[in-house]
Amino acid sequence: MTWGSLGDFLAMGGYGFYVWGSYGVTVLCIVLEILSLKTTRGRSKA
Amino acid sequence: MTSDLFRFAAPQAFFPLAGKLIPWFSVLAGVLALAGLYVAFFVAPTDHQQGEAYRIIFIHVPAAWMSMFLYVVMACWAGLGLALNTRLSGMMASAIAPTGAMFTFVALWSGALWGRPTWGAYWVWDARLTSELVLLFLYLGFIALKGAIPDPARADRAGAILALVGVVNVPIIYFSVQWWNTLHQGASVSLTRAPSMAAAMLAGMLLMALAAWMYSMATAFCRVRSIILERERDAEWVRMTKEQMQAAA
Repeated sequence: MTWGSLGDFLAMGGYGFYVWGSYGVTVLCIVLEILSLKTTRGRSKA
Repeated sequence: MTSDLFRFAAPQAFFPLAGKLIPWFSVLAGVLALAGLYVAFFVAPTDHQQGEAYRIIFIHVPAAWMSMFLYVVMACWAGLGLALNTRLSGMMASAIAPTGAMFTFVALWSGALWGRPTWGAYWVWDARLTSELVLLFLYLGFIALKGAIPDPARADRAGAILALVGVVNVPIIYFSVQWWNTLHQGASVSLTRAPSMAAAMLAGMLLMALAAWMYSMATAFCRVRSIILERERDAEWVRMTKEQMQAAA
């Protein structure tokens, strides 16, 4: 195991901003795409 | 066998098939992504040069691979539609474009956040970065062009030409690190050499790449179903399908 604690994990050896900034924005993009697909599907059904 | 495959070239036959496949691809995408993230954060060791910053690789490389791969698939569909005049082809190309643009953006974004700690700059006008940015503009241009032409058949033809011309950019992105002196590093994984990284890093990257692939199939099929319903709305089968979907909802 690389991480001693949750704080260690979040800090990413001092690169937390860069690592979590990458993963966070990726998750955000995926969530937005899925939401937009759901709304289009809802619209085409009606 | 071939006649079976061609049967699905008709939107009416493809619509229910895509609907059946979406849940499978979604579940696979989720499982593969969880496994990939586990390997990325709990199995892969710390890099001796870059420390933990390198963990961006598990997002960056799969996203960059998908951005190029999806463009080629999109251009193939577009070209097929141009050559054979099949209705589904243009719809598939339209369905792939937004997911491709999303992965291109993610590759650029994660690359910027990786470049800052390793190179000291979020952005440089390096051949690899610039050609990937051109890819994003090609996706956005394709989407905008198709959206600007009201007649779907004409929009498909115009989009296909743009997609096919733009495909020349894909080998430029891929080989840019060999053709020019770039700040961006060369390929870490290739078909001809042993990968230049730890097995766990490679495994995590491949799992994430497979997850991105499954995700792309799920979103493209989901989107193509909306496009089919929209474009074929005057067809009898679409009216019946919509009634069934409303009854089920």
